[in-house]
Amino acid sequence: MSEMQKTIEIEVLRYHPEKDKEPHRQVFEVPFTDDMSVLQGVQYIKDYLDGSLSFRWSCRMAICGSCGMMINGVPNLSCQTFLRDYYPARVRVEALAHFPIERDLVINMEGFIEKLESIQPYIIPKEERTLAQGEYLQTPEQLNAYEQFSSCINCLLCYAACPQFGLNSSFIGPAATALLHRYNVDSRDGGKAERMELINSEEGVFNCTAVGYCSEVCPKHVDPANAVNQNKTNSAADYFLRFLAPKGGAK
Amino acid sequence: MEIYKADVVIVGGGGAGLRAAIAVAEADPSLRIALVSKVYPMRSHTVAAEGGSAGVKQASDSLEYHFNDTVHGGDWLCEQDVVEYFVAHCTEELTQLEHWGCPWSRTPDGHVNVRAFGGMKIERTWFAADKTGFHMLHTLFQTSIKYPSIKRFDEHFCVDLIVEDGRVQGIVAIEIASGEFTLVEARSVVIATGGAGRVFRENTNGGVVTGDGMALAYRHGVPLRDMEFVQYHPTCMPGTGLLFTEACRGEGGFLVNKDGYRYLQDYGLGPAEPTPRNKAMELGPRDRLSQAFWYEQQKGRTIEGPHGSVVHLDLRHLGEQKLRERLPQIYELAEQFMGVDPAHAPIPVRPAVHYTMGGILVDGRCAAPLPGLYAAGECSSVGIHGANRLGSNSLSELLVFGKVAGVEAARHARSVPAGDSARLLKQAQAVEQRVQGLKTKSGGSERIATLRKEMAQTMEDGCGIYRLADTMQQTCDKLDELKDRFRNVNLEDKSSVWNTEWLLAIELEYQLDVAQSMACSAINRRESRGAHQRLDGFEQRDDVNFLAHSQAHYVAGGPPRIDYGPVKITKSQPGTRAYGAAGEKAEQERKASNV
Repeated sequence: MSEMQKTIEIEVLRYHPEKDKEPHRQVFEVPFTDDMSVLQGVQYIKDYLDGSLSFRWSCRMAICGSCGMMINGVPNLSCQTFLRDYYPARVRVEALAHFPIERDLVINMEGFIEKLESIQPYIIPKEERTLAQGEYLQTPEQLNAYEQFSSCINCLLCYAACPQFGLNSSFIGPAATALLHRYNVDSRDGGKAERMELINSEEGVFNCTAVGYCSEVCPKHVDPANAVNQNKTNSAADYFLRFLAPKGGAK
Repeated sequence: MEIYKADVVIVGGGGAGLRAAIAVAEADPSLRIALVSKVYPMRSHTVAAEGGSAGVKQASDSLEYHFNDTVHGGDWLCEQDVVEYFVAHCTEELTQLEHWGCPWSRTPDGHVNVRAFGGMKIERTWFAADKTGFHMLHTLFQTSIKYPSIKRFDEHFCVDLIVEDGRVQGIVAIEIASGEFTLVEARSVVIATGGAGRVFRENTNGGVVTGDGMALAYRHGVPLRDMEFVQYHPTCMPGTGLLFTEACRGEGGFLVNKDGYRYLQDYGLGPAEPTPRNKAMELGPRDRLSQAFWYEQQKGRTIEGPHGSVVHLDLRHLGEQKLRERLPQIYELAEQFMGVDPAHAPIPVRPAVHYTMGGILVDGRCAAPLPGLYAAGECSSVGIHGANRLGSNSLSELLVFGKVAGVEAARHARSVPAGDSARLLKQAQAVEQRVQGLKTKSGGSERIATLRKEMAQTMEDGCGIYRLADTMQQTCDKLDELKDRFRNVNLEDKSSVWNTEWLLAIELEYQLDVAQSMACSAINRRESRGAHQRLDGFEQRDDVNFLAHSQAHYVAGGPPRIDYGPVKITKSQPGTRAYGAAGEKAEQERKASNV
């Protein structure tokens, strides 16, 4: 061939619970082209250098939310992070911060799933409507009030960025708060009072110290910090209202 | 081995699986539902669907129009009674999703908005910007949390069905995190595992789209129907195959060749007009557009790029504001992955494999010939897509037939007794031993990635947009060889926790079976219809011999046996399939002859 194949070094954090006492680093040399994502680099390792490397991935287009990793210490989707932005230097790839590592780049995300399930992430209708009555009317402005918060792909980059979650893993955290907010401000929903009980609790929004790094790393512009802070205001108002109203008082 | 006793087990947690689970829960809250998925449900490939979901919405539209578009689009290889049921239930299901919170895009007065889509006479595609599948999937997943009877087995990889006494009675799955096996006993099994596009080299599909459920049913004697019909989507990213939705053209985008010429007018799709006309030019059906690309390439009118020939998807005239509002994901994909700002430069695109029209043979109630087995979504062949699927029919299919599968599975579960647990366990243990054997055996020398790459290349070579007997035969031979070599596969990883190499090997074995059903069905269909186009003396549709569904039957150790089943015609006799001005003329003639 006319040109020597360019290569790049990828340093991967390895951990195998059946063999390793603690994580260790391993460096692989991978062929490099301008359009390769970090995910494609890691896939090359698995396909041709070391079949035992484990990581999650699927869609390759930043919508399934599977392939979040720490890339040079920054939480990113590996499918939309490109090796060219590091070349010719070595790239360091690790499992997402603040989560238990199951193996290599795979984290345990059960805790997040439990949080998601706990916030009643579904419409609790303000008024019941039969299918025969057709759709609820919702103006573009009403859609706009929650659409951004409905765009979360559950990639967990915001949790890897959140210093408070790092200190206290029971903190409800950015994505789950954004999702809660998404339903609370949906014009079709009447479940805010029930959901606010969770947000007012010890694990709720007041854990947030307004660092805002969660919104910075969000690949989908969900801006979870905004949701958290809107709920701090809601929650503060709610705190006083609860002395007046029988349940939550958020109506 | 862990044992879980369910009434209904659903394999696959994408749109169809979730809709089925909810349908079972609503039909009978006392039924125990196990929802088994190899990924967390919101990772399923439904997430990547972009453009929208079809359902008659406007006063100017009708169920008859939707029916005709679907049947003509499928080149008359559709089960027409099933299509009638389908079009009659799309809107209700889409409204149900609205009630569950799906953020459909709206008109200024608050109604759900619809957009134009390829091959559709009237705008009837409901959309949530250009992330429709994402929003539908998350809405279904989050709504499913309401139902306490749905027990999820997230990141559990299904390795077999348990068939006892002539009926399916459960499944065996690996818990990925531990490598441990679980037997899920159930009186009904719903397969909703999606398509198999990853058997081809350049494709729009996520890594999970490996035909698992198709292979499982097939190996238990259920035929795979119409597997030769594989859809090439005309506008995909060169190299990766990532999708640029048809909505780009629904919103008014142009396809141009290297001369800036809207070449589709040369292929019976014209006339070229400045604004989109339904069922013409860029809003023609996908098979025709991908075929037109192939001819442009032959004529030397495409543009050479680093990942093969391309044409240009030109969205510049739509303006940045509209693109950001209607096609935000497309905008970002072009910018981030290709360095193209679509408001200022055209996007290089080429066709890539997108969708499996065929699948597990089921009747209009989603029941497979194996008692207790149901299938819905892309893994199934319920009969609505025929030889070519219209864009935005598959998301509606998930809902309409996901629900049907759930309702029918619930009904069946109540009608049969529970199985003999001891015998089911004995079978499950044999499955465990076999699947463990793949991991523990030593001495293999074949790399998984090498076999997979060779499979994907030979499928592209033999079963691409245009097909020839010689190359299809080479593909069939190559697949035989690869299945042979698979027996000598080597796994470096012998461990239990998150052994994804092991799972990749199992997936590859599924893929080889499914690929073989496609290639053998293709070589046997000696005509051209929809997405199956030949250039070796069979260029025409042949209704005398091939107005029939192919059925691939699994044969252990060899290629499948292919036979044919009838096509249900209710009210639309096979006719000329035409688009653009020719299509309008044909429609007028059809109307005149009916008077």
